[in-house]
Amino acid sequence: MKAAVIVFPGSNCDRDVQVALRQSMGSEPLMVWHKDSDFEKVDLIVLPGGFSYGDYLRCGAMAANSPVMKEVVARARKGVAVLGICNGFQVLTETGLLPGVLMRNADLRFVCRDVRVKVETSQSLFTAKYEQGQAIRIPVAHHDGNYFVDDDTLSAMEDRGQVALRYCDAAGEITAEANPNGSLRNIAGVYNETKTVLGLMPHPERLADPRMGGSDGRALFDGLVEALR
Amino acid sequence: MARERPVTPEVVREHGLNAQEYDLILDIMGRAPNLLELGIFSVMWSEHCSYKSSKKWLKTLPTTGPQVIKGPGENAGVVDIGEGLAAIFKMESHNHPSFIEPYQGAATGVGGILRDVFTMGARPVANLNALRFGAPEHSKTRHLVAGVVAGIGGYGNCVGVPTVGGEVNFDASYNGNILVNAMTVGIAPADRIFYSAAAGVGKPVVYVGSKTGRDGIHGATMASAEFGEDSAEKRPTVQVGDPFTEKLLIEACLELMATDAIVAIQDMGAAGLTSSSFEMASKGGSGVELELDKVPCREDGMTPYEMMLSESQERMLMVLQPDKQDLARGIFEKWDLDFAIIGRLTDSGRMVLKMHGEVVGDLPIDPLAEASPEYDRPWLPTPTQDDDDPAGFTPSVRPAEALKRLMATPDLCSKRWVWEQYDHMVMADTVARPGGDAAVVRIHGSNRGLAMASDCTPRYCKADPERGGAQAVAESWRNLTAVGARPLAITDNMNFGNPERPEIMGQFVGCIAGMKAACEALDYPVVSGNVSLYNETNGQAILPTPVIGGVGLIDDLDRIAGAALPGPDETIVLIGDTRGHLGASVYLRDVEGSAEGAPPPVDLAAERRNGDFVRTQIQGRRVSACHDLSDGGLAVALAEMALTGDCGADISEGTAAAGNLPPSAWLFGEDQARYLVTTGDAKALLAAADKAGVPARAIGKTGGDCLILAAGEAISLVELRAGHEGWLPGYMSR
Repeated sequence: MKAAVIVFPGSNCDRDVQVALRQSMGSEPLMVWHKDSDFEKVDLIVLPGGFSYGDYLRCGAMAANSPVMKEVVARARKGVAVLGICNGFQVLTETGLLPGVLMRNADLRFVCRDVRVKVETSQSLFTAKYEQGQAIRIPVAHHDGNYFVDDDTLSAMEDRGQVALRYCDAAGEITAEANPNGSLRNIAGVYNETKTVLGLMPHPERLADPRMGGSDGRALFDGLVEALR
Repeated sequence: MARERPVTPEVVREHGLNAQEYDLILDIMGRAPNLLELGIFSVMWSEHCSYKSSKKWLKTLPTTGPQVIKGPGENAGVVDIGEGLAAIFKMESHNHPSFIEPYQGAATGVGGILRDVFTMGARPVANLNALRFGAPEHSKTRHLVAGVVAGIGGYGNCVGVPTVGGEVNFDASYNGNILVNAMTVGIAPADRIFYSAAAGVGKPVVYVGSKTGRDGIHGATMASAEFGEDSAEKRPTVQVGDPFTEKLLIEACLELMATDAIVAIQDMGAAGLTSSSFEMASKGGSGVELELDKVPCREDGMTPYEMMLSESQERMLMVLQPDKQDLARGIFEKWDLDFAIIGRLTDSGRMVLKMHGEVVGDLPIDPLAEASPEYDRPWLPTPTQDDDDPAGFTPSVRPAEALKRLMATPDLCSKRWVWEQYDHMVMADTVARPGGDAAVVRIHGSNRGLAMASDCTPRYCKADPERGGAQAVAESWRNLTAVGARPLAITDNMNFGNPERPEIMGQFVGCIAGMKAACEALDYPVVSGNVSLYNETNGQAILPTPVIGGVGLIDDLDRIAGAALPGPDETIVLIGDTRGHLGASVYLRDVEGSAEGAPPPVDLAAERRNGDFVRTQIQGRRVSACHDLSDGGLAVALAEMALTGDCGADISEGTAAAGNLPPSAWLFGEDQARYLVTTGDAKALLAAADKAGVPARAIGKTGGDCLILAAGEAISLVELRAGHEGWLPGYMSR
């Protein structure tokens, strides 16, 4: 598998996801500077976490209009796998590759803590190495992760199985207490219609190494490497 | 300069300079200074920049050791951490601005300390914050807590440096003067450290980063005076931070530092362009000529005075190798940052400031820097008190009830509400997260780590400055030891009241004496620091607060300890002597309502012996958990371990065996040099302690879902947790 990590000014999880990809791939992902829209063909494009362009307009809004994103959108439409983590998820909703928006957290505060998310299906490039219904532990770290989408789109998404991950408790129950940001129906991550694009607020790359206190995030990268080999 | 005000005695006073200091200026200049020159003297000689009240005493602290690469005097201290790497760190206060405008004050405090560290060539890997607020019931406290925490998070989260630890405490003495002390730790190749000394006639002086605005003018002078009723009117002296630009500046500077283009580099912190250019020229024995019309400005019509004194954030000054200018410009343009050649080095020994070709200021560098006043301020020692005998102590509450109350006090409650607003995991190297004795951050790409913590017990420093100063250093050393690290060095942030009052100066002198003794006994030198004086409002001073930021090294991350009780059936062993010292304890203050008494004595030989023993046991994997004993003593330490591990414990056996000591003194006394450890092989551990001459005794067992402190003194973890986790969120939502 060949992977590229897009680096925007203000990205700050680019190195973290580079490390996680390297660990699963056994080779180096390509680091693509936001001004280089002409990068080589890859099987996976990752939009990392951070504060692209300072997030001064609306999270992800400026990045979504950057030259490199035109190229990412074009490749995504041709079926290239795209993974957006945290700010990357925000960018993906701003480009329209994924439905919905990420609003300010319901309690208006930044939140950094481990959460559990339930894997809705293992039938995707991203979740093949998880069990359906598995509650995995990975951290969130965001100020704007409160997922919202209109009712019609939501029911269409639910019908098509586009909800990838939901915040849950340790037993896998979807509860209000387990929801760190007020997201609609505890949604933590969503797919596009073909399940080739995934955006999620939690950071699988931060718990992909037992040394950091957990490695539930690793299977996402391992699964991608296997699926896109 | 038609609009410029003439320099009258009133203008001199407004600049915080006294008559003697102005006479000295006349002497140095050989003429009356103009307003620009006066402004430059005023910031360079402010307490904040010149350390004029504290220098005499700071010089007495130990600053050397085989691990020290660079001690105080640069932007930050540098210590050797092996394998060709160095740790670079410093703590700095942003107290006055944070009280006036908590979000921006705290945010720019974080930005400033980050720059101090990456200026020297280090990638910042962790931030810590020591915060002290007024009484919870004070009308401003909630607003200040919310603003400061949001500001620290807003800045640190965006630049992508994890905030891994710190302290949050409350005391009425901080009602009018909160403390926001920010610390950054960075890692650099040991052979590529960058300094500020600039030499080489004709070499270009380059300005990079954000544009200069009218914000923060005279911030350093504000930080060198007491507050009065009008402190809120000082809001325009607070700077506004832009963490996004800081993030770009970090990446651009580190990219440039990988080349050999830089001769010298200095961040523009307090006193902005003035102090950075002075510092570089003065240390390099050079002169400097600046063309101020080339300074990138945010607004039109800025005067030389405003440009030289602005404290706009995210700016750096560099001297470059002339043939590397284009390379450097390319890097800064890639990151969309301003890059302007604003002057050059000369051999005149003077700072010459030009605007549109006309000289607007001309000052001698060395005389100004060297003649900065140094005061031997009169001081009065704090009267010492006798140590109380705990034997006659009768408590007003039963121990289990006292513990329940203590765990839910503002000082001892969980600070989760605070650190969950900080990204403490970005960079994916945080091994031990906030909430333990010390945070542990992996050295990227290795199996080694740095441990770091910040410590101070201000009520001890008030009651006995010398003991308090020693205790702060000892506790820092103990916290690093408790995770298995080898303590290397400290940075100190000395927060005090008005040094012109002899009793305040006496607190400063006493704390320094205690710190000195502890640093020497523990081979734990000071490599950087900061002094914040005049923390007073209407004559009310803060508690003396010398915050110690400690950094230690872990050679093998497989050999560390955490505070969580590991599960049932482990033996709990108390290391160190317990004499039941209750003077100046949180128990007396928060349960019995008495803030009296001498703080616990600090036996530095015992600290060293007990700590070295504990570290050896952790590294030998002979203990399964470890926690140092501090505020609240044995019972609070055990409760913290139980809650972290979600596992109960029974120490009634140990309490029964405590002999003549009243249970409250045994459980809540704050004797120093103590640790709680757990082990599966108590016999071996006790034998090893005996051999090392370290006091140790088995006091109970882990297991169950409650804490049993003594016969009939049980409390469930559920109840304990509710109060411990509930106080701060409850307070903040009231």
